[in-house]
Amino acid sequence: MFISILHRVTGNGLAVVGLAVLVWWLGALAGGVQAYASFSEHASSWYGMIVLVGISWAFFNHMASGIRHLVMDIGAGYELGTNKTWSILCPAIAIVLTAAFWAVLLA
Amino acid sequence: MGNGTSIGRVRGLGAAKHGTHHWLLQRFTAVGNLVLLLWLGISLMLLPNFSFPTVSEWIAGPVPATAMALLIISSFWHARLGMQVMLEDYIHGANRVAAIIALNLVAFAGAAFGLFCVIRLALGGA
Repeated sequence: MFISILHRVTGNGLAVVGLAVLVWWLGALAGGVQAYASFSEHASSWYGMIVLVGISWAFFNHMASGIRHLVMDIGAGYELGTNKTWSILCPAIAIVLTAAFWAVLLA
Repeated sequence: MGNGTSIGRVRGLGAAKHGTHHWLLQRFTAVGNLVLLLWLGISLMLLPNFSFPTVSEWIAGPVPATAMALLIISSFWHARLGMQVMLEDYIHGANRVAAIIALNLVAFAGAAFGLFCVIRLALGGA
């Protein structure tokens, strides 16, 4: 239940905020040095970092539960124990991947 | 419409028969997003910095530009399908139709703008 809601929330969050930031980033790159400087200023500010970390967490979470969905689509993983294990592991994996991603980026 | 039993109304309208197509495309684009967004994530981790010259030179390369163009198509398509499901669950009647029309306009506009930016960067317009 919780995993399903989280999948929907992160998916729609990515669709709105994630794609908006992606398009802004590409638009700033195509717009030239000044437009990119404006984007960078917002992206590297404290609120920008919250949004970017949020987007990356939403992506890794949506990716983990999405892969779980793909596995379940082929009819696997419905045993109660297996199902429960992966429903707990998915958000945990997402947090680990988010932390690892930013550890590399900020290194 | 609006008269008779529930089953009678369903028989009169019938299914759109587009459900499987929608479902399959959601999966195809999901796999596309998985590959392309992992590519983007790893590429960002490998970039030495995020300065304008570094990033614009990187994305102008043939492979990154192609991958980014595919990423835009796959992710906007996936987002459009996913948000449609969400809208269908929570909005009803005429508002639902209006919301889905708006969703389609925004999704296509966003994807078109993203693709234009990538082409401009790749062909040295910027």
